Amino acid sequence: MHRTQRLVVLAIVAGTSLVAACKKKPDVAPAPDAGPGTPPAPTCDRACQDSIARARADSVDRANRERERLEAEARARASASARAAIEAKVFFDYDQSDLSASSRATLDAKLPVLRANPGMRLRIAGHADDRGSDEYNLALGQRRAAAVKRYLTDQGVDAGRLDVISYGEERPAMEGENEEAWRQNRRAEFEIVAGGDNIVVPK
Amino acid sequence: MAMLAKNRWGWLMVVAVVWLVGGWGRAAAQDTTFKEGVRIGLVYSPGTKPGVLIMPVGGDMADSIHTILSRDFEYGDRINVVALDPSAVAEATTAARVGTGPVPNYPLYAKLGVQVLVQANVTAVGLHVSVHNVVKKQIERVRDYPLLGVPLSPEWRLALHNAADDLEFFVTGTRGISSTRILYESGGRIWQVDADGANAIAVTTTGTAMSPAWHPKATHMAYMQFGSAGTQIVIKEIGGPTRILSSTPGGLNTTPVFSPDGYTMIYAHAAESGADLFAVNAFGSEPARRVTVGRGSDNTQPTFSPDGRRIAFTSSRSGHPEVYISDADGTNADILTTFNFGDQSYRGSPDWSPDGRLIAFQTQIAGRFQIATISLRDRSIKQYTSEGVNEDPSWAPDSRHLVFTSDRGGTRQLWILDTDSGRPPRQLTRSAIRRGARLGAWSPPLRPH
Repeated sequence: MHRTQRLVVLAIVAGTSLVAACKKKPDVAPAPDAGPGTPPAPTCDRACQDSIARARADSVDRANRERERLEAEARARASASARAAIEAKVFFDYDQSDLSASSRATLDAKLPVLRANPGMRLRIAGHADDRGSDEYNLALGQRRAAAVKRYLTDQGVDAGRLDVISYGEERPAMEGENEEAWRQNRRAEFEIVAGGDNIVVPK
Repeated sequence: MAMLAKNRWGWLMVVAVVWLVGGWGRAAAQDTTFKEGVRIGLVYSPGTKPGVLIMPVGGDMADSIHTILSRDFEYGDRINVVALDPSAVAEATTAARVGTGPVPNYPLYAKLGVQVLVQANVTAVGLHVSVHNVVKKQIERVRDYPLLGVPLSPEWRLALHNAADDLEFFVTGTRGISSTRILYESGGRIWQVDADGANAIAVTTTGTAMSPAWHPKATHMAYMQFGSAGTQIVIKEIGGPTRILSSTPGGLNTTPVFSPDGYTMIYAHAAESGADLFAVNAFGSEPARRVTVGRGSDNTQPTFSPDGRRIAFTSSRSGHPEVYISDADGTNADILTTFNFGDQSYRGSPDWSPDGRLIAFQTQIAGRFQIATISLRDRSIKQYTSEGVNEDPSWAPDSRHLVFTSDRGGTRQLWILDTDSGRPPRQLTRSAIRRGARLGAWSPPLRPH
């Protein structure tokens, strides 16, 4: 049909409907497409139709984007929390390399992330507070990092994914000559050296 | 003479009148910083240290030479340096050398507590020195010392220190310690400084380094540096290239020390468990052999006995760090520093004295490290510090002075103490770098070249 013919047909149909509506009594069941309260079918030109289509598409897009955004946020949160679990420090008692219950819990939280990301490699850095001998503390830091590595490999993590290094008391996390600074500095830190760009979140 | 003894200036004027020998040349840019610890001859107490008077020096750089010689004798703690104010000494006449001028008034010097007169004059080739025995009223020794390099340069100073140490040997029977240098760490670099505090210069320029050690012939040094996969031992030829010790690649490699014959290096290595000592040919490529069997404990900071047959080191095998002693191959290990059960304080950083009698170490007292020595003969312990935190002692070649790290001045710096006299320690470094200076290693005697 040509455009003009179609418009004519539409007009005729509309006119017939109007006439019919006027003639019929209210108790007569209304035509399904023209019941009481139904506004007259609007005329909508090409531009109108297009804008409706656009609006519809826009709203779908918006909904999709919002959904994607929320999903991305959730993924980022999960990924950040997985990264945080990996990077969470463990702390030690004075001149000790034993792992406390809370240190073991901190390490246990890394295991699912390590299993879900087999390409991830870590560098475990052992540190000491500044009360001991500077040179001895390098050995102590190494022993702490090695104790952490041993715990993780005992839980099934491949030893080749874990490097250890000691910084002794050379890189304090907190400056100061007090209990809190010493406690913060007797630690092992975890640096992701490979496989940290797209962390797969464990199920 | 009694009428002249009313005051110090009276004495000095007598000296000025009777001593007419000795040039008093002057030159620009001279080192005249020596002021502390100057004693006048009248306070000399006979029987302790010989009183030595260094007469005004003749020739170029006279004031610097006089100052440096006096300071070297003073820092050696074996000579009582008798000081006379230069303004009280008459200007030189024509006679520049002892032997060509009037004879010194020996009886007067003897009354001043002077037993030895040192007369030095700068010549074309170096320093011409005459040593007078005041008691015997005669010259005992005449010697020429070459002075190398530009005046006040490190080489020139070393040559002058060498003259001072040789004179000290002639006078006291013990060689002085001024022709030595101390390696240390500051700001992640290895530095060296002359024993009198002059010429502090960085020896390493890149990376982060610690734990310097001298080769017994002072031809090389060793130190530890941080790398991406752990730490490495670096052996550096003095003024020459460096080489990385690769006998135990990866992990922790630290606290290197050369054996007294200079061929073997012992260092601490740790990978997946505790640190153990390893020995290796310092200039070869053989694999390292294990010295200690620490079973997961930390064994570090080795030091050799002067005969090379024994070592001392820090070990935590008893539960916390103590100083242990063993044969150089690690056998016959025994605890050296005794401790009380339940004592959580610790001891470490041993350094064996060059005469073999003592081991200096750091010991925790009331939570702070202090410098102490333990006798190898009867295991008696002497404590030498109590102010601030004091760590990492290293012996001078005279087995009498110790360089150590102390925060007593506010920042960590190197200080030197005399184990014989109880004289207050003197500050060696004045590093403005954050965290100051630490881990001093005293060189063997250095010869000018």
